[in-house]
Amino acid sequence: MNAPRPPFIAIGLLSACVLAYEVLLTRLFSIVLWHHFAYMIISAAMLGYGASGTALTLLKEKIIPHVGTVYVMAATGMAFLMPAAFLLTQQVPFNPLELLWDKTQLAKLLAIYLLMMLPFFCGGLGIGLVLWHFGKEAGRIYAFDILGAGVGSLGVIGVLFLAPPNKVLIILAALALLAAAVAIIELKARPKWLAGMFAGLAFLVAVALPGDWLQVHLSPYKDLSETLNVAGAKVIEQRSSPLGQITVVENTRIPFRHAPGMSLNATDEPPPQLGVFVDGEGPSVLTRFDGNLAPLAYFDQFTSALPYHVLARPHVRPQVLVLGAGAGSDVLQALYFRAASVDAVELDRNVIDLVRRRFHDFAGDLYAQPGVHVHEGEARGFANASREHYDLVQVALLDSFGVASAGLYGLSESYIYTVEALQAYLNRLRPGGILAVTRWLTLPPRDALKLFATAALALERNGVPNPGKRLVMIRGWKTVTLLVKNSDFTASEIEVVKEFSRKRSFDVAYYPGMRADEANRYNVLVQPYFFEGAVALLGPQRQNFIDRYKFHIEPATDDRPFFFHFFKWEAAAELFALRERGGMPLLDWSYPLLVAALVQAFVVSVLLILAPLAVSRSRHTLPTGRVALYFLGIGLAFMFIEIAFIQKFLLFLAHPLYAVAVVLCAFLVFAAVGSWLAGRWQKRTTGSGHLIVAVVVMSALSLLYLVILPGLFQALIHLPDVAKIGISVLLIAPLAVCMGMPFPTGMMRLASTTPDAIPWAWAINGFASVVGAVLATLLAIHLGFAVVILLAVLIYGLAAVALR
Amino acid sequence: MKRRFAFGALLFFCWIFPSQGGEFEGLRHKMMEEVLATSGSSPPGPSVMAAMEKVERHRFVPAWLTPFAYLNRPLPIGYGQTISQPLIVAQMTELLKVKEGDKVLEIGTGSGYQAAVLAKIAGSVYTMEIIEPLGNQAGKRLKSLGYDNIKTKVGDGYYGWPEAAPFDAIMVTAAASHVPPPLLKQLKPGGRMVIPLGTHFMTQYLMLVEKQADGSVTTHQMVPVSFVPLTGGH
Repeated sequence: MNAPRPPFIAIGLLSACVLAYEVLLTRLFSIVLWHHFAYMIISAAMLGYGASGTALTLLKEKIIPHVGTVYVMAATGMAFLMPAAFLLTQQVPFNPLELLWDKTQLAKLLAIYLLMMLPFFCGGLGIGLVLWHFGKEAGRIYAFDILGAGVGSLGVIGVLFLAPPNKVLIILAALALLAAAVAIIELKARPKWLAGMFAGLAFLVAVALPGDWLQVHLSPYKDLSETLNVAGAKVIEQRSSPLGQITVVENTRIPFRHAPGMSLNATDEPPPQLGVFVDGEGPSVLTRFDGNLAPLAYFDQFTSALPYHVLARPHVRPQVLVLGAGAGSDVLQALYFRAASVDAVELDRNVIDLVRRRFHDFAGDLYAQPGVHVHEGEARGFANASREHYDLVQVALLDSFGVASAGLYGLSESYIYTVEALQAYLNRLRPGGILAVTRWLTLPPRDALKLFATAALALERNGVPNPGKRLVMIRGWKTVTLLVKNSDFTASEIEVVKEFSRKRSFDVAYYPGMRADEANRYNVLVQPYFFEGAVALLGPQRQNFIDRYKFHIEPATDDRPFFFHFFKWEAAAELFALRERGGMPLLDWSYPLLVAALVQAFVVSVLLILAPLAVSRSRHTLPTGRVALYFLGIGLAFMFIEIAFIQKFLLFLAHPLYAVAVVLCAFLVFAAVGSWLAGRWQKRTTGSGHLIVAVVVMSALSLLYLVILPGLFQALIHLPDVAKIGISVLLIAPLAVCMGMPFPTGMMRLASTTPDAIPWAWAINGFASVVGAVLATLLAIHLGFAVVILLAVLIYGLAAVALR
Repeated sequence: MKRRFAFGALLFFCWIFPSQGGEFEGLRHKMMEEVLATSGSSPPGPSVMAAMEKVERHRFVPAWLTPFAYLNRPLPIGYGQTISQPLIVAQMTELLKVKEGDKVLEIGTGSGYQAAVLAKIAGSVYTMEIIEPLGNQAGKRLKSLGYDNIKTKVGDGYYGWPEAAPFDAIMVTAAASHVPPPLLKQLKPGGRMVIPLGTHFMTQYLMLVEKQADGSVTTHQMVPVSFVPLTGGH
């Protein structure tokens, strides 16, 4: 085939497809299993990309005469394998909950992993092939590659608002076929009608194939699956968005009666409810409300009702802020306690819409009740930007008990429970106001003590000399509620706390001046862990206690926002040894899974990078280790900076979805600009002057941003969203332009010196970028995002030296 | 590791050549030895041990899992449900302190194994299952195995079994966001209720509810493992 110029558009399309598929798989596996499998997907993508580079290196002599054909086959293979691999993974009876019990689960996981890898292998093969064959155009090719990646990752989020994930999978298959059609035109391949055939096929797949044949089967152990096994349960509404798939279940025969942790002394039965599941987890409930408050009396039987009793004053009705309103339980509780006004913040528009419109009658027009205002947004962002003040800020119990207790959130960042977050909530309180946070009870205590330590630190940072005087913690048999007041608790308020708890058989875990013999009365533990922990966390031995505790209860900060990470290596061996003695649930296994993904990535990388060296006849033509280090370094550092800055901007842009979309897109688009510029400059000069300048500017900007961003964001957070997005893009642009330069510069150098090494370098860079994504999270858990950025700067510097 | 392999091979052999269940006795005994060895500071008493020695666990798991029936681990039984780890069954039964002649209510029949263990000690066991096919299966199984002192019912366990109330002990193995007030009402003063909390395959902690003579309740929460969260002498 005669290929006069690289298939730029086809590369962009294929790259868009690969990235969109990666995002989509994360979504699909969140529905089928649990979301921490995202790391496995990233790792599978890496394996596919890396393996494609190795395959190119090993098979190049056979491929050389058929570049166009192989590209078209790769794109077609990807189109076929994206749905096929997913369908096959659904046939593997993998149950992650049995991972530690049943060793065959590992084999099943491996099967899923290998199946997921295949489409990425095809995608990587297509892109790597073009980069290699048209190496001297690497600048422009890479520009189209990352531009496509940006559009793909952003576009799929948009499409997920319009279509369910199984339909999007079919759309992506059509897109890959389109990439094949466009490549045939761009490469001027014959016969020409092939392009028309592929385009027609793409159209047929997109239009004619119904999404239904590609069913998404939930794990039978997910809450929704179990609920639907109960006689009378039926799905009455389903909605999908990138934030999650929402399923509403009704059961008129056997009602939900969701009242988590209700006092054992209570005699009330909750009114009729609808179960609301997000990605099959839950339920949270939508409770029937007809304006009559009497059926809501059971809301007085939760630990979360305590602040209303403490704040109760004759003729004074509290102003309440509910963070994480969901389907409205905490808003109903506020109404039951006759709140004067309720500001309810909820992230997911679909959930708000269920209450406002779809189940408007059932919910009794809850979000339009006098004094109730609903805000679509993220809890932390709202608290940062708001200028209102409240008597009570209530942080709702957002995650499901099962998920929380199984340690499935260990790796997810949460800016809701950091020290800075609690400071922000405290700043929203009126004099005498209370911040109330309710968590599930975990034993031995994890969440509650971490939260207590976080609150103590937040108060200290706000200049409170004796934080112990402003804290109260109570626990029921299933929930723990922490109160943080912005003035000292009075003796009469403490009496209210004691009386409230006594009547409901809740235990007071801590109040200022509490005696040890007052703890552990109604819900008896082997030791009064909560009281002892609270006292230790307020005393001079705080750090010593945190260090010695067998779970990670060091307060989470914005720089290390992993509240749900409780894993400690020191305790892991002991817990693992106790696994058959009932110790298994205490292992926070999402963290070991991350480490396993990283180790696996590392081993596979080494094998696949070294394989061409070991077996290929071309090993003599491969360049020195410095070149390998260069591509390894820039792959790692790019991901470090991208991921760390996404986290930094998340707080500014408030909405996680928009933040990721804006930041990722800005990074990729401006990196594409950088790549294009590098291509032009490299053609004019053979030196690496512009590379040095790029690295120096990038390092300076990274360090500058580390210092100025927190203050800058705090000053500008009140601006409207459009302005904040504009400012974010302006800040990211120069950084990203510089980051786009090292890869094409290196590639073009190789093209003029050792062109055969291009696929090898492509493989190394592919591995490094995906290992970088996993490693960035691991480093951030232990050292914080600031250190991740500093490391990236260091690696970029070393890479620039390596290329000289 | 070798010991495990041999154990597994023996189980497999029994599966391939099933007889009247006699050869399972040895496996059951081994399983109970393991339960005893792993139960730490709160070992099950003689009555629980004797009951579990008698109940044929392999009759309560799907046929394809028979080779694993006497491993000290939870197993799937379909419909997203599990048969609990023998260690947890032993601990829960022990906590309930069931005596001869007691009337026991179980909410969440599942495979019927727990009810069978209780029935070996108590006078009568009433068990309810919310998932229809599972409840029917368990009902037939218990009947065919001759557990005449077990009564099964398919339906909503929230209101308990008022016709048979009050009960000396109640076991709630079905997931519940709260303890249904009608169940507490059906518990005799001085009676005990046990609830495992967590997810399938992973019991976070066990809760024992004790109803005092005056009707008030206290709970005890315990992790099923000897694990002190602090290091050194705090």
